[in-house]
Amino acid sequence: MPDTLTKFIFGRLSWDSLPLHEPIVVATFIAVALGGIALLGAITYFKLWTYLWREWFTSVDHKKIGIMYMVLGLVMLLRGFSDAIMMRLQQAIAFNGSEGYLNSHHYDQIFTAHGVIMIFFVAMPFVTGLMNFVVPLQIGARDVSFPFLNNFSFWMTVGGAVLVMASLFVGEFARTGWLAYPPLSGIGYSPDVGVDYYIWALQVAGVGTTLSGINLICTIIKMRAPGMTMMRMPVFTWTSLCTNVLIVASFPVLTAVLAMLSLDRYVGTNFFTNDFGGNPMMYVNLIWIWGHPEVYILILPLFGVFSEVTSTFSGKRLFGYTSMVYATVVITILSYLVWLHHFFTMGSGASVNSFFGITTMIISIPTGAKIFNWLFTMYRGRIRFELPMMWTVAFMLTFTVGGMTGVLLAVPPADFVLHNSLFLIAHFHNVIIGGVLFGLFAGIAYWWPKAFGFKLDPFWGKVSFWCWVVGFWFAFMPLYILGLMGVTRRMRVFDDPSLQIWFVIAAFGAVLIAAGIAAFLVQIFVSIRRREALTDPTGDPWDGRTLEWSTSSPPPAYNFAFTPVVRDNDAWWDMKKAGYVRPLSGFKPIHMPSNTGTGIILAGFSVTLGFAMIWYIWWLAALSFVCLIATAIGHTFNYVRDFHIPAGEVTRTEEARTSLLAAQG
Amino acid sequence: MASTATAAGTEPVFHLEEEHAHAEGSSTMLGFWLYLMSDCLIFAMLFAAYGVLGGNYAAGPAPKDLFDLNLVAVNTAMLLFSSITYGFAMLTMDKGRVAATQAWLAVTGLFGLAFLSIELYEFAHMIHEGATPQRSAFLSSFFTLVGTHGLHVTFGIIWLVTLMVQVARFGLIEANRRRLMCLSMFWHFLDVIWIGVFTFVYLMGMLR
Amino acid sequence: MKRFGALLLFPLAGLLSGCDLVVLAPAGDVAAQQRDLLVVSTLLMLIIIVPVMALTVFFAWRYRQSNAAATYAPDWDHSTKLELVIWAAPLLIIICLGALTWLGTHLLDPYRRIDRIEPGQPVTQNHKPLRVEVVALDWKWLFIYPDYGIASVNELAAPVNQPIDFRITSSAVMNSFYIPALAGQIYAMPGMETKLHAVINQAGTYSGFSANYSGAGFSGMRFAFHGMSDDAFGQWVAQTRTASAKLDRDSYLDLEKPSENEPVRHYASVDPDLYGAILNLCVERGKMCMSEMMSIDAKGGLGLAGVRNTLPLQYDKVARRGAIFGNDPSYVASICTAEEAAAVSRASREDWPTYWPAKNLSPLRGAGLLRPGTESRSAEADTPSFGLLRREL
Repeated sequence: MPDTLTKFIFGRLSWDSLPLHEPIVVATFIAVALGGIALLGAITYFKLWTYLWREWFTSVDHKKIGIMYMVLGLVMLLRGFSDAIMMRLQQAIAFNGSEGYLNSHHYDQIFTAHGVIMIFFVAMPFVTGLMNFVVPLQIGARDVSFPFLNNFSFWMTVGGAVLVMASLFVGEFARTGWLAYPPLSGIGYSPDVGVDYYIWALQVAGVGTTLSGINLICTIIKMRAPGMTMMRMPVFTWTSLCTNVLIVASFPVLTAVLAMLSLDRYVGTNFFTNDFGGNPMMYVNLIWIWGHPEVYILILPLFGVFSEVTSTFSGKRLFGYTSMVYATVVITILSYLVWLHHFFTMGSGASVNSFFGITTMIISIPTGAKIFNWLFTMYRGRIRFELPMMWTVAFMLTFTVGGMTGVLLAVPPADFVLHNSLFLIAHFHNVIIGGVLFGLFAGIAYWWPKAFGFKLDPFWGKVSFWCWVVGFWFAFMPLYILGLMGVTRRMRVFDDPSLQIWFVIAAFGAVLIAAGIAAFLVQIFVSIRRREALTDPTGDPWDGRTLEWSTSSPPPAYNFAFTPVVRDNDAWWDMKKAGYVRPLSGFKPIHMPSNTGTGIILAGFSVTLGFAMIWYIWWLAALSFVCLIATAIGHTFNYVRDFHIPAGEVTRTEEARTSLLAAQG
Repeated sequence: MASTATAAGTEPVFHLEEEHAHAEGSSTMLGFWLYLMSDCLIFAMLFAAYGVLGGNYAAGPAPKDLFDLNLVAVNTAMLLFSSITYGFAMLTMDKGRVAATQAWLAVTGLFGLAFLSIELYEFAHMIHEGATPQRSAFLSSFFTLVGTHGLHVTFGIIWLVTLMVQVARFGLIEANRRRLMCLSMFWHFLDVIWIGVFTFVYLMGMLR
Repeated sequence: MKRFGALLLFPLAGLLSGCDLVVLAPAGDVAAQQRDLLVVSTLLMLIIIVPVMALTVFFAWRYRQSNAAATYAPDWDHSTKLELVIWAAPLLIIICLGALTWLGTHLLDPYRRIDRIEPGQPVTQNHKPLRVEVVALDWKWLFIYPDYGIASVNELAAPVNQPIDFRITSSAVMNSFYIPALAGQIYAMPGMETKLHAVINQAGTYSGFSANYSGAGFSGMRFAFHGMSDDAFGQWVAQTRTASAKLDRDSYLDLEKPSENEPVRHYASVDPDLYGAILNLCVERGKMCMSEMMSIDAKGGLGLAGVRNTLPLQYDKVARRGAIFGNDPSYVASICTAEEAAAVSRASREDWPTYWPAKNLSPLRGAGLLRPGTESRSAEADTPSFGLLRREL
């Protein structure tokens, strides 16, 4: 075949693009391929394809979409954590002239991928999934405002993840660090496909995230049960609202910045180049204008989880609900005024630096108030130390340390000596693991029985808990110390042998965390096996306080047979106290949205478009773009997007629950 | 509407007996507004980029060497007229007059096309003179800001045509009215952005 | 269990004593002040962190479900007094910390000339600063000593107790110039100049490196920083002058090409205009300098006449410039002669003072604070004291 034709058909994709010379990647590929074949084979063997397509992939049910988000997050956690443990191993052995086992081409991809995956494809799907599952239930709604959009958003997030995973086996990922600062990420210094994978993965997933943000804001504003005023919303709903406001007000910034970077790379414009009047520092500013709110996007919903968990397991109303809400709102607003603290060392001048340093410190005031609120919720409570509560106490002890080192880094002169050091790494892992991840585990343990109708196995949960908590301290305390020894991040080899012991301790911590993850997976597996013993027929296993506990577990497709009416911010607690009797008759047909496959198809075209753009396969890019637009337009010609669940079916579902509750006694 | 679970009026009400009518698309306007605001942020970023880079000519041409204000004035008029005609389309839609609505929508689309043609002519002219997006950071940010707006207008026209087909096939049903409302907001939003572009890029560029 | 935990601390303490926490025990006065700020801030925050952590543990234990003796108040959810305390306590700490930050940030602004060599020893006319021009290259460091006309790669030397005045830039991508023992870091950015003022108080060899990831050879981008006595420094300069290599534009373009783990090199002489050309990204002959471009742009550009004033790149230090849909790699051609360009470049960075101290630049002003070195309040009556602080210059 003539060369030009091959180039036309395949762009810059060739056999050389497959990393066959990297034994680690090849071994991974074989393992993933075998696992994938086994999984696909099993699905085919058990004839699950139709079931998965009908009941899950095309589902617009917020509960199922929420669960799919969690599965995505979990799968990507395994990938992101493999990167982490490879880095730990490399840094633990690359001493005394040893190059370690990773060359810079591979190692630099790993730390970039680790950051990108953990933020965009682990933390974000987990957080979005949790909000998706819980928020409509907490506000007494049947679904979100735009159910189709919800499905589409999910598949776009998956699309981004698919592109990141593809980069492992076809081509390479970016070697720039997770925020891809130009000029390094420009075409001159990164001419390969890595940065293009980065850009397109984030753009595709970013569309999903933005739309999902809009969707959840509308849901919270418009779909609350009668009587649920803003100041009666559960705190998790409040923090979700603030998070989604942050998403809608920050992700477009990322989209615009990455679009400008792509133009620099594809069209040769000069936004962030050194020559022709470009300004690379503008990228650093703009990306952090998105990047800092992103941090709060991740942590705010978990603050909500801790509020729910503390209040429920202390058997007590949340202390200082109002100040909790205002603290959340203040954090939301302030998170836009601190971005420069990520680059005090750029030389912006003392007054600018102090301004951003002080605004950063001010954020710690509402955050501190929140910690106190949880503390005084525990005060004079009856604390049951079930798993979610254990995670919460671990969070309160861990997060305060992370918060303290964060405020420390907000003091510009202190940042000058600690910026980009392992101290910084330890700090943000301290808040992200100690805050976001611990919160997610608390949330998963807390709402799992709601999603599946049985509790998680407590033994394996505790094993996972202790491995995670102890592993965290072992993995990151050495990094604080290394940071104080002046060791900088993203180093591949070291020449000072006295550092090695600390890296070995950190690697040991990472192994403990690996055990924690394994125990978590075992916990899920064991719980499913023992689901009969762990079953919770009541729908209210923790003596809950908010509306989601008033319906069955798992909730029916329509969530609530009758729309609840709310008098108090602990609505279900209030109902229980007032002796609420569940209605047993008079069910009406319920109006619900229908499933659709358009979301997954659109996302499929988007992934194709991204892949084609990455590899310069222009005909495929054009084709998939046209298909994308045509499918979207075609979808608008479908006017029938809803149906009614007949009253008879609602009655049957509710009667089944009645008899289950009766059997319980 | 909300009747009590038990007969006694003093008992608290904990659920609605009746399915309350959640009008389909009741959140659409709010949702679309939020989308527009997120889009507005994208433009804000492009404006910011232009603000930072707009003076970096790389020893090349500056706005006053490139812009033809008369042409831009005509262009602005096209877009403003299209907004007015869209307004008429909405008024006739309210009265339920399908043919008139379609006619006004068609006029709006033609004005939009005229706007795009003039813009493309302007771009082609500049590129022909050598003032390409690659020549300087100023031109990069100019082409990106104005081009992004043009791209929005293009999609607006595609959407407009789609809606005209849908109105022709299904009439001015509730769903189509809602969609026309959304496009209306989108269209006027693009107008507002253009006013910003016109002032900030063209007028102030000539003063620079 | 508790005792066991305490036992565990012993090996930890042993480990810590064995390692060199350079950030906490630096050898330079600026880094020492930054360390002080770090320690003070930590202590200030511990005032609130420790009680919170203690209370967490205490409440978790005290109000556990099995403890029936503890009070249970399920509906207690508000207390105005407590709310006041929980907002006010962090607020007070942050007010203190904020004040400390404002002062510390201005006093330790890397752009501000230092006013003391070490505690109790102010900078005087006798302290002539050592000027060093730093260039981050892919992936090594170039140090130019304009006072001596010499240069070195991956080795930096300075006499102890003498102010050092760094001007920092980068040739291609962003790096960060950091010697933990000396002072905090600052970015090295292409086409831009950052400044750092510092002093080293103890003779010794310290490690310096790039603290911002810059590509494949980043890990090896390390250099030795020698703090030397005056005599030893003089010898070092003399020795460097005996090196055979000279640094001019051509040898710089050769040096600039990406390379990893470079050995130390010395240059006996340096083209005096080289640093200006590096900073303005115009070492290649015929390429327009940033300073020249900026002065043209400030006057409104070159109009359509200048639109095609670009030349194809003959030599390229990066793998690829331009993009798929872009033009061929090119640059803006200079319209000046090399001498004119050098003059523009020199003029654009004329602010480097040749004497020390130029004037008292301490930005601290306050009702209760005297300017350092001022004997009485009347001496500063001529300067406005409105506001706490004034930016230097």
